[in-house]
Amino acid sequence: MNDTIAAISTAQGVGAISIIRVSGEDAIDIVSKIFSNKKLKEAPTHTIHYGYIKDKEEIIDEVLVSIMRAPKTFTMEDVVEINAHGGINTTNKILELLLVNGCRLAEPGEFTKRAFLNGRIDLTEAEGIMDLINSKTDTSREMAINQVGGKVSSLIRDLRDDLASIISNIEVNIDYPEYEDIEKITINHINKAIKNLEVKTTKILKESKNGEIFKSGIKTAIIGRPNVGKSSLLNRLIGEDKAIVTDVKGTTRDSVEATLVIDNIILNLIDTAGIRDTDDIVESIGVKNSLNLIENADLVLFVLNYNETLNAEDLEILDKLKDKNYIIIVNKTDLDKKIDDSNIKNAVYVSAKDDVNIESIGSKIKEIFNLEKIETADLTYLTSARSKAILVKVLKEIDEIKKGISLDIPIDMIEIDLRNIWNLLGEIIGESYDEELLDQLFSRFCVGK
Amino acid sequence: MKYEIIVVGGGHAGCEACLAAARKGHKTLLITGNINNIADMPCNPSIGGSAKGIVVREIDALGGEMGNNADKSLLQIKMLNSAKGPAVRSLRAQADKITYPKEMLKTLKSTKNLDIMEALVKDVLTKNNKVSGVLLEDDTSILADAVILTTGTYMNADILVGDTRRREGPHGEKPSNYLSDNLSKKGFKLKRLKTGTPQRIAKDSIDYSKTKVENGDSVYHTFSFDNKPMYDIDEQVPCHLIYTTEETHEIIRKNLNKSSMYGGLSDIKGVGPRYCPSIEDKIVRFSDKERHQLFLEPESLYFDDIYIQGFSTSMPYDVQEKMVHSLPGLEHAKILKYAYAIEYDAIYPTQLKFSLETKLIENLFTAGQINGTSGYEEAACQGLIAGINASLKLEGKKTLVLKRNEAYIGVLIDDLITKGIRDPYRLLTSRAEYRLLLRNDNADLRLRDYGYQVGLIDDDRYKKFKKKKEMIDKAILEFKEKRLTPSNNDYLVSLGTTALKDGVSLYDLLKRPEIDVKDLIRFLDNEYSVEVLEQVMITTKYEGYIKKSIEEVNKMKHLEDKLIPSNIDYDKMHNLASEAKQKLKEVKPDTLGQAMRISGVNPADISILMMYLKGM
Repeated sequence: MNDTIAAISTAQGVGAISIIRVSGEDAIDIVSKIFSNKKLKEAPTHTIHYGYIKDKEEIIDEVLVSIMRAPKTFTMEDVVEINAHGGINTTNKILELLLVNGCRLAEPGEFTKRAFLNGRIDLTEAEGIMDLINSKTDTSREMAINQVGGKVSSLIRDLRDDLASIISNIEVNIDYPEYEDIEKITINHINKAIKNLEVKTTKILKESKNGEIFKSGIKTAIIGRPNVGKSSLLNRLIGEDKAIVTDVKGTTRDSVEATLVIDNIILNLIDTAGIRDTDDIVESIGVKNSLNLIENADLVLFVLNYNETLNAEDLEILDKLKDKNYIIIVNKTDLDKKIDDSNIKNAVYVSAKDDVNIESIGSKIKEIFNLEKIETADLTYLTSARSKAILVKVLKEIDEIKKGISLDIPIDMIEIDLRNIWNLLGEIIGESYDEELLDQLFSRFCVGK
Repeated sequence: MKYEIIVVGGGHAGCEACLAAARKGHKTLLITGNINNIADMPCNPSIGGSAKGIVVREIDALGGEMGNNADKSLLQIKMLNSAKGPAVRSLRAQADKITYPKEMLKTLKSTKNLDIMEALVKDVLTKNNKVSGVLLEDDTSILADAVILTTGTYMNADILVGDTRRREGPHGEKPSNYLSDNLSKKGFKLKRLKTGTPQRIAKDSIDYSKTKVENGDSVYHTFSFDNKPMYDIDEQVPCHLIYTTEETHEIIRKNLNKSSMYGGLSDIKGVGPRYCPSIEDKIVRFSDKERHQLFLEPESLYFDDIYIQGFSTSMPYDVQEKMVHSLPGLEHAKILKYAYAIEYDAIYPTQLKFSLETKLIENLFTAGQINGTSGYEEAACQGLIAGINASLKLEGKKTLVLKRNEAYIGVLIDDLITKGIRDPYRLLTSRAEYRLLLRNDNADLRLRDYGYQVGLIDDDRYKKFKKKKEMIDKAILEFKEKRLTPSNNDYLVSLGTTALKDGVSLYDLLKRPEIDVKDLIRFLDNEYSVEVLEQVMITTKYEGYIKKSIEEVNKMKHLEDKLIPSNIDYDKMHNLASEAKQKLKEVKPDTLGQAMRISGVNPADISILMMYLKGM
């Protein structure tokens, strides 16, 4: 554990600057060996130094080197960061030089692991950092940052404190039964406590789902009969927000084929084949196919033609949409109205051709997923699958308690379940211990941070 | 003079220790400062209480004496928490302060291989860090292969009252003035602790009309699994409940600076028990509480003292007079003994092994208050374990270590040597994470096998226990096999439970909260004792919860089984937090499971330790 590790901590090949991070007891010594500015060894902490990386006499790159001395660093060890001029070859060459001079290549997630082991961050924070690295939009980035700051931890800590107070009261009742002045915890107290716990846990879980949406996007299907203008709508959405549509080859029917960002929301479009090949009249998504898509999507954009009457197929789809998140988009408002929309509520009326009202699709999505609120409220969501799985377990324990209460199980036994919940919540913020948990967590980190 | 085992101190720890050693056939000597004070109860006149009562049952299951002796001398007994679940029930008895020591002394005197001597011990003799005997204050040495120190509160004891401090043991007994200094010279880290005891007042000077009567239970109980009740339910002596008044609080607040603890004495180093605060502590710390509960407890049938539980103090005598007379019913009470605090030396228990042998000196064991605990029961169980283990050590056998999931005794010893102590340690049910497994009713099922294996349970008692176990298995089988059908519905409905549609086993029926085991006896072919039926009922009704606890035990097992080599060098693990490093070096945990429980060692330290162990 006390060797010095190094890794390239920026994405490979992209960007004008790449950063190579070194952490450990010998970090400063090793970098000094390959750096032109020999005063580096004596440099005060948190300073930046200009110079060249040299392989013997050969200049490899012109760089800035940051010196951060323990313990006020990310890993709480000596950390050196080399800002190089990019290019895979140069960056790799510098890394190679570091390895030759005594560094070990960092394992995936090892910097974060050291930060955790040295007590710099707790488990939730470690997970937050990983989300930060993987964040795709501003909002998801902000969310990850908030988690790093410990907002989730404080939320969970509050729930834990509430439990601790009721648990300790039960303990006092057991250990000092003869004291009549101490409040006796009854089933009513417990019912109230678990109700509160249930409400809050459910809320965190639900909002976490929305957090998940920010992080990885909404699985979205655009459906509608041929010639309702799905492709022009898509093009307009893309054009409007300068989003990127990526083709992923060889994907199956319901996997994501394109990612579209509207107002900081990621839409992962599934099955766009029928949409984009509009020039062929093959745009033939039959009802059966549509139903399949509806089944698989988290959000359905159902496009109707302002200029046409509804047919049986449309009505069948409308019926199927009832239990889904969906937006009805009535396109072609530039033409005459022929649609009978008296039974269609909450539709968005647009003209893709003339670019009218397209922006309201974004607001509608936010409304459906309750995202407006998230943007303004504190971003206190659990974003990792592990934390969520634990909260689901908490809900299961709550059910156990309810079952126990219905069976007249004595309070001192119910308390065992309360204690379990307390431990589970502790696991989320790393305050109780589980070996596998650590191994699992850290193997998920990407190299460099 | 040469003995195999010498026990120093004749309190509750010492009695169990010397009895265990002598009963296991070792030539044993008990050295006590005053033979008339053997098994004395210098504080409250009661045995048992929450968690402690279960310990007494455990002592009995292992072949110790406390339960049996309490059964012989009780004035009143009740099952605490009887309205709660079976896991937290615990016996508490008022024991007669004359009868209890008298009976214990009788037992000691009639035990083979056991000699008793009146003397004070000044030092432990050692050769190459191994015990060779003890040195008395008159400079006589007595040789022994093993020594068990059970000195209670006697090492460097000071009695504190108001602004006075005098070198004295409880009841004005001679303190031990040299032993702890000599232990310190041998390298033991000492800790100064403090405890206190309330006033005793004359029985006839109390106006009982102003008190609430607290009677014993109206069903019979015994601590020992082998005893029949030796008391008459109707002859139990009652306790009485009263409350402090605003006047009491006012007197205490006004005189606070006269209390030894609040400025009366400036040189107090001892740390008092958090769980047993003095009355001035209670009033300062819980200033918004209008009243505090006090119990008037009878001390003996043979003298007049009434003990005021909850009123311990180190105020000067004149203030104590005013305080006592401010209590309802005690306006004219005659104080027979004043309250006092006592400061004494203990050793840091982290210097012990699980067997209660010291890490520093081979064959030296310590037990009881010297290890930083408080309470007769906590002392007795350590004495028993030290007595058993000193004997096993001399016999060349593996020592007896009870696990946290096996006994409160295991919880106590693990807590002591793993976490150390801040203040006198009291057992609480909340300290036992597996308390559902550590019940009052199943102490014999958990521990009697050990008692038999170490030789403290004789064949007769063991046979009786085996029989009970067989009957429990048989009963559970019968409950599972016997089924009721809708033809029994009339009876079931009369019990207030829903009618059956199909056949259901008695076992499953018993799971219904409204059904008691007694309701189902009529369907059984065999007759079972109350104890056996109780086991059936607990097994059935709480099956799910018991299973959960066992799963928790198993989850921890792989960590408990992961051994830490004794030559491990924590200094080499640079990434350990310095507090964790220091604690690990001090405690030297045997297993990863134990390391996890050390306070100040956090999960990150454990993962570092684990990685290091993997790399070794």
